[in-house]
Amino acid sequence: MKPEGKKRIWAEYQKEIPDDHFFYVRSCIRQTFFAGSEQCFLKIMRDDLGKDVFEDPRHTTCTGIGYHGDIVPFETIQTVVARHFALATEAGYKNIAISCVTSFGIYTEILETWKHFPETLERTREDLYRATGRTFEIPETISHASDIIYKFRDQIARKAKYNLVDISTGKPLKVVEHIGCHYSKMFPKSGIGGAEFPHVLVGMVEAWGGDIIDYPERRHCCGFGFRQYLVQANRGYSISASRKKFESMEPYQPDLIIGNCPGCAMFMDRWQYTIKEMDGITYGKNGQGIPVLTYEELAGLVMGYNPWELGLQYHNVQSMPLLRRMGIKADPAERFLAKDGTRLPEPANLINE
Amino acid sequence: MEDLYARLMQDIRFDEGLNACMNCGICTGICPAAEYYHYDPRRVVDLVQTRNNQIIRELLKSETIWYCGQCMSCKTRCPRGNTPGLVIMALRKLSQELGYFTESEKGRQQFALKRTVGDNVLKHGYCVVSYDVDPEAHPEQGPAWEHYYNHLDDSLARLGGELNGKEGPTRRISDDVLNELKSIFEVTGGKDLYDAIETASEKKAGEMGLEFKKEGRDFEYFRHVVTADNGCHQSEPEDVRKDLYETRR
Repeated sequence: MKPEGKKRIWAEYQKEIPDDHFFYVRSCIRQTFFAGSEQCFLKIMRDDLGKDVFEDPRHTTCTGIGYHGDIVPFETIQTVVARHFALATEAGYKNIAISCVTSFGIYTEILETWKHFPETLERTREDLYRATGRTFEIPETISHASDIIYKFRDQIARKAKYNLVDISTGKPLKVVEHIGCHYSKMFPKSGIGGAEFPHVLVGMVEAWGGDIIDYPERRHCCGFGFRQYLVQANRGYSISASRKKFESMEPYQPDLIIGNCPGCAMFMDRWQYTIKEMDGITYGKNGQGIPVLTYEELAGLVMGYNPWELGLQYHNVQSMPLLRRMGIKADPAERFLAKDGTRLPEPANLINE
Repeated sequence: MEDLYARLMQDIRFDEGLNACMNCGICTGICPAAEYYHYDPRRVVDLVQTRNNQIIRELLKSETIWYCGQCMSCKTRCPRGNTPGLVIMALRKLSQELGYFTESEKGRQQFALKRTVGDNVLKHGYCVVSYDVDPEAHPEQGPAWEHYYNHLDDSLARLGGELNGKEGPTRRISDDVLNELKSIFEVTGGKDLYDAIETASEKKAGEMGLEFKKEGRDFEYFRHVVTADNGCHQSEPEDVRKDLYETRR
């Protein structure tokens, strides 16, 4: 095939990601379970890359878990998101950076709906004005925060203190990447690489020296399923989907898993603990669990951030084996500290202790 | 009988999610819910596009429409650009508006979602809040979460946050902002849907002889809906399947 033909085909899988000036919207799940990840993203963007990222404390949930739990109507979530656009408009920002994949899917769905059904946009404008007196401009760009780290992956690589390389063998670490379903399965053009070849995490891993594992259930859902996890009686659905993925990736002996979705990363950590408790099974090398990191945590490690300030100790599958492979010196005794620096009692039954 | 198909057509997600299904079944092939439950999105779409209101009513009362996990993998694969997951969302909305959701075990769980995620949104401004993820109710969250939960202030401070602080992660959402959210729910039908779920659930609790309270989660009906499992979801109950087939004939 001629190069221009290839270029044309791959053009469909590209996405414009702005260079600077972002209005950042946090995630309910990310800030609850991985507060250090969001802080790491902001620190890398502001302190290491010198970018302008604005936050407004009046930003709320997008209600996305309620929407996909079917208790929040589409009209309601459109208006809540329109309020976020109003806050961005008031602050003078045109680029939205979204922490959550569920939110990212919703923002994308809403913008597509407004494009194809303009009457829904008009109704949303009226509803927002009636409810809050606010007006808004439609943002020029919508990026998931992982899109932005992807854009700056080479700059991060140039500043890296550590690589995704096993220092004892000199070989690249083997990485499983898991893309949240709502990143690009619904609207392939909204994600880098579309739904078929999502490249957002692959690009980071390869830029930082690691190798990607291509395993059969790579694109299978983690199993969150909204009501399927949130309601106790349904959790068998959720754990079964993750287990299917673990069994599929196990033969490739991954060193770590990274995810771009707050929920997926949390579930793939939690279900490894649950499966070990229920059946005594682990899926990593030498009977260990596979550490599950957010892409922010991985970027932070590469940049030399303190793993315990990133929050790696708050994962059931501990990361000490991974840190040793990467040559990162971190004292496990420093993991659980109180505000005053005193040591808190350590939790029992963590994996990889 | 009310024209339920016309009601579905009023939902823009239904309009967008269903063009003309040729019943190839690729949605069922890719569907995680179809692997776990006795669930077949191809059949749901096939039944809906009959436009038969009796069939649609049975679906609205059935367990079937509550099995989907809304991963939307079906959207990626459908050669006709349909989204069975969106059709399911429209069916679920209508089922709740008409009070039919309490006729199925999985449907009754909507009450639990309203009392947890739904109430969190309007009380705290978030769908999920750390102090609400009680390790006793969430044993799967494991020892790392239990430690985090028991030392929330210390843990968050280490990560650069403050519980109910002015800004940053897990900041407190001010009353002014919560009032804006409440107003949005009132103007856009969000409150009406919450009320519909509450009203039908209270009625059902009465029919089942289970204690019901207007607030909170510590009472019989709530505990029942979050834990009940009749053991038939991996193989669809015979009566539902029979009803669907007979109605269709």
